[in-house]
Amino acid sequence: MAKITFITRDNQTITVEGESGSVMALARQNGVKGIEGECGGVCSCATCHVHVQNGEFSRTGQQGTIEKDLLELNDHADETSRLCCQIRISDEIDGLVLRVAEKNSF
Amino acid sequence: MKKSTIPDPFEKARVESGHREMNDQNDPVSMILRHKDVRKSAHNWKTFQSGATPGRIVVPSEVNIRSLRQIPFEVDPPEHQSYRDLVEPWFKRPLEQSYQDKLAAIIQSELDKAIRKGTIEVVHEFSLPLQSRALTVLLNMPEDDAALWISWGTHVFRSEGDPLDGGKASGLTDYLDKKVEEVKKNPGTDLFSVLLASEINGRKLSDDEVKGVMMLTFAGGRDTVINFVTNTFAYLADHPESIERLRNEPEILETAIEELVRYFSPLTHMGRVVTQDTAVCEHAVKNDTRISLCWASANRDASVFENPNEVILDRKVNPHVSFGFGAHNCLGATHARTLMKILLTKLVESVKSMEILDCKENMENLDGLERKVGFHQIRIKLNPR
Repeated sequence: MAKITFITRDNQTITVEGESGSVMALARQNGVKGIEGECGGVCSCATCHVHVQNGEFSRTGQQGTIEKDLLELNDHADETSRLCCQIRISDEIDGLVLRVAEKNSF
Repeated sequence: MKKSTIPDPFEKARVESGHREMNDQNDPVSMILRHKDVRKSAHNWKTFQSGATPGRIVVPSEVNIRSLRQIPFEVDPPEHQSYRDLVEPWFKRPLEQSYQDKLAAIIQSELDKAIRKGTIEVVHEFSLPLQSRALTVLLNMPEDDAALWISWGTHVFRSEGDPLDGGKASGLTDYLDKKVEEVKKNPGTDLFSVLLASEINGRKLSDDEVKGVMMLTFAGGRDTVINFVTNTFAYLADHPESIERLRNEPEILETAIEELVRYFSPLTHMGRVVTQDTAVCEHAVKNDTRISLCWASANRDASVFENPNEVILDRKVNPHVSFGFGAHNCLGATHARTLMKILLTKLVESVKSMEILDCKENMENLDGLERKVGFHQIRIKLNPR
């Protein structure tokens, strides 16, 4: 079980709770604005881009190789970026705060 | 080889050099074949532009058969963004329940008809009518309008044996002209009316801009959707175990759709015009020539996809580029994914297995290389559950 807080682009805060699956799927189920997850979570579309807040990047694990390649072509990506379809829900990430990244304008 | 197999004709060139040269109406194209190069070039809109002469970024070039600029497709950033922002909310409607209900009713009626018939020619008796009827939902137009669109056939600029049919292209232009005049007199709630009433950067959209968006909508989502649907039938006919699996594990449905669209790559490639002398994968490309971003080749790049020539329905990491990449990624992708999700759910619910009786493959000619994109015709027998 993990509680995860999202900060949307319009600075709304929403805290949701999940047990398993990906953080993207949890966000989508709860209608978190800005997390689209168009590709269903296969690391193809980058519409679930978030910034891990409070320096807690280590709790989510590092970007995977494919994820990193995709984020390299994203203007809003930085060292706190993750695609949240690639973060699994577990006790490890309880209390995590994620800021929804700006839409990639290319 | 199974009938549903879509071979990868690019492997040798992709591995050896990463590009392939082809001529197209004396405006040659360097096809970019590797996944990394395709995505990087798609991202680099300054060097590889879309806003060239209308029709030039399409391969085969449509420069000689149309002059209307398709929008936002043939516009570069930053102007592109205003157009995209204007139309994007409309093209996200497939996420709404009421939209999905309308689409589901159409899909169910086409499926019921097919099952009643028992044996169907999938391209013309299922995929084409389904694509056109589904388009009435996307455009919010009366369902009766689909009959005319169905009569246009599987491609608005191409006919069997003629990859550039000028007569067809002018037919579509005439239709758009007529429709815009009609809607001006009698506005409704369809996309034509919405666009005609829209503003961009503080001014109204011009008639040509409205027609440009509508032409993109009619052209972009036609043969691509038809091939996606038809190839899915062929794949499931050849793989009855996948029918059962999708029925028993609906949770893999979205992943399966991404994998099918990777494997099929309904659009082989899309061109860009080079704006300065440069190089892609150490291959020099000259200013004012064309490259193409070969989605179909990138999707089989073994350095990115394990067992790239296999359909793995639960492939977890799948950075395919079937809907393009970058600023110009497919506007209709939400509609296509929603349509496929409903179709697959209903198909595996009602069908036990299918058999391919006979078929005629649709091969795209790439100047010395052919790629199978789907079928001109395929007769399939459906065995209901």
